Amino acid sequence: MILRRLRYEAAGRVVGPVLLSLEAWQRARRHRGRTPRGPFGPPLESVRKLRELMTLHYLRGRYADGAVPVAWVTSGFPVEILRPLGFHAVYPENHAAMCGVQRLVPGLSEAVEAEGYSRDLCSYARTDLGSIATGRTPVGRLPRPDLLACCTNICQTVLYWYRVLADHFRVPLVLVDTPFVYGEAKPHHLRYVADQLRELVLVAERVSGRRCDPEELAQVTARSREGALLWGECLAAGRSRPSPWTGIDGFFHMAPIVALRGTEECNAYYRMLRDELLERAAKGVGGIRDERHRLLWDNLPVWFAVREMSRLFAERGFNFVCTSYTNAWAEAGANVDPGDPLGSAARAYTHVILNQDLRNRMSILGRLVRDYQADGAVLHSDRSCKPYSIGQVDLKERLTRELKVRVLLLEADHSDPRAYAAEPGENRIAAFMESFG
Amino acid sequence: MTGPAAIGLDAGSTTCKAVLVDGEGRLLARRIELSDPRVEAQGERILAGLREEAGRDLPVGATGYGRKRVRASRVLTEITCHARGAFARSGRAGVLVDVGGQDTKVVRIGPSGEVVDFAMNDKCAAGSGRFLEVVLGRLRVPLDDVARQVSSADRSVAVSSTCTVFAESEVISLLAAGEPVEGILRGLHQALASRVAALARGFLADGEVLMSGGVALNAAMVAALGEALGRTVRVLPEPQLVGALGAALSVL
Repeated sequence: MILRRLRYEAAGRVVGPVLLSLEAWQRARRHRGRTPRGPFGPPLESVRKLRELMTLHYLRGRYADGAVPVAWVTSGFPVEILRPLGFHAVYPENHAAMCGVQRLVPGLSEAVEAEGYSRDLCSYARTDLGSIATGRTPVGRLPRPDLLACCTNICQTVLYWYRVLADHFRVPLVLVDTPFVYGEAKPHHLRYVADQLRELVLVAERVSGRRCDPEELAQVTARSREGALLWGECLAAGRSRPSPWTGIDGFFHMAPIVALRGTEECNAYYRMLRDELLERAAKGVGGIRDERHRLLWDNLPVWFAVREMSRLFAERGFNFVCTSYTNAWAEAGANVDPGDPLGSAARAYTHVILNQDLRNRMSILGRLVRDYQADGAVLHSDRSCKPYSIGQVDLKERLTRELKVRVLLLEADHSDPRAYAAEPGENRIAAFMESFG
Repeated sequence: MTGPAAIGLDAGSTTCKAVLVDGEGRLLARRIELSDPRVEAQGERILAGLREEAGRDLPVGATGYGRKRVRASRVLTEITCHARGAFARSGRAGVLVDVGGQDTKVVRIGPSGEVVDFAMNDKCAAGSGRFLEVVLGRLRVPLDDVARQVSSADRSVAVSSTCTVFAESEVISLLAAGEPVEGILRGLHQALASRVAALARGFLADGEVLMSGGVALNAAMVAALGEALGRTVRVLPEPQLVGALGAALSVL
């Protein structure tokens, strides 16, 4: 146990940083003298730190089991409650997104499709189960969980997905069920969620063998709130003309607020990123060189084609200045309150965008369009994410009618390239851009 | 009348169309051929023919799926070109339905011929020209006799599937069950029209709907679409050439 703990700490504090500085040196040598080309602005300096942060997180993860308690957690789970108990949190969705970027999903998915899982299931779920079945992962190895922590505020699929995980790993599964919100959550809904969080504390204490210190919980909650606010400031930098970065950058830079929420390293990173973005905005440095049109992106990114798509838009002077997905992490998290960690978490995590009715979603999109002065929107109809995609036809109509913006409904998938027809997709994108004149 | 001023080429999935226009956008010459998989060679040959007819080199606007494979001064999507061509032909804003070989498009055209909004069928090509082609082939009905047969049907036989592959086998079963060809044909047109109408939801204003694309030559389809939309459908003159015309106009 002690040896394992030492290895876990050393991975994050010694071995990782040494390997990373070696890699950075090699990368710098390879890129020496090269100037960035194409439609994009100069790359963000913070990218290096982002890579370092996430690499160390996954490197530590390789040595986490047996050293510290490990929880596998859904992206919308109130992780603040697990951190004071010393859990290393693994985010299968974040891991699946990495697999998506590296185009590993068809291979991983086929492994579980052969076992009978439908291709209509969320590609994140298929990727995760496929990674477990084959042992293939771009991060070396994911630690075995001691606890599975699942919150239904993002979808109902996670419930069945995590049940499969519980059956496979034979470890406790805690489920936080969040009633769907029409308008505002009712007081009895919030009491119901808060009761489940109190139960969660008991289970997590038993699994970790530690007591949850209220003081520490308040501190983590305060850090989590600060992190969400800092992330919000990073996103708000996109209101400048030109936006100092692209919404696609945002998809990559959101990794810490998802996977390291409630930690100081997460917040330190976002202070750095915010400062860089504000400096770029002050100097008029844009995420793309020639920003002529500003767009909103709705839903998850198309991870396997995110760069190609981004380039296609950027070449014609289109930049995604805001995305409802990255915004979600700034909005809900800012409502946690160190004065009432459990009660406020119940409220904040029940009110995430995917757990709200269409009227609330429309008001979020409308606010983004106005605040970021977007003159168009791309609604990604995501084959894998039904809760996010349902209602987009109505959203399109309302955005067009009420806000007078041009809207494209684009059919794709967040990580399975087999569910995206590139040729017709790019044709629609081209027609959409032409309609701006 | 001015002389030849521009060429428009629409390299579609089923047919390749090209027009030669004068400075006012009037058609001077046209070409329609079945698409050759070697788009480059076919496009170049057609363009060379039209240049020869014009007696000089002219700017070329290209559209359609093969648009990037031909040498053109300007390359635009079919959405933009059909809107421009339809606007030139109708002279006003409105809603255009274009049913082509593998795409069905609904375009809302603004007061200056610009695209305000559009919708296309998704990854599946059900409900497009190819669907009709396959099923008519199976029924051994020539295109020029479709309208007569559909109008002679005394009832419609419901065809539930709009998937080209499934519909083909469904039609075989219906024939085997002794259903009349005319009734099946009418059912097919209704199924197809309802699919296009669903796509056009939210686009319809008052007044008539314009139609372009090769399928507009099928009068039975035009009638079924008008019924499904509850609107008069006006087929633009030479509907197959509307995209190529728009492409030519974009380089004038």
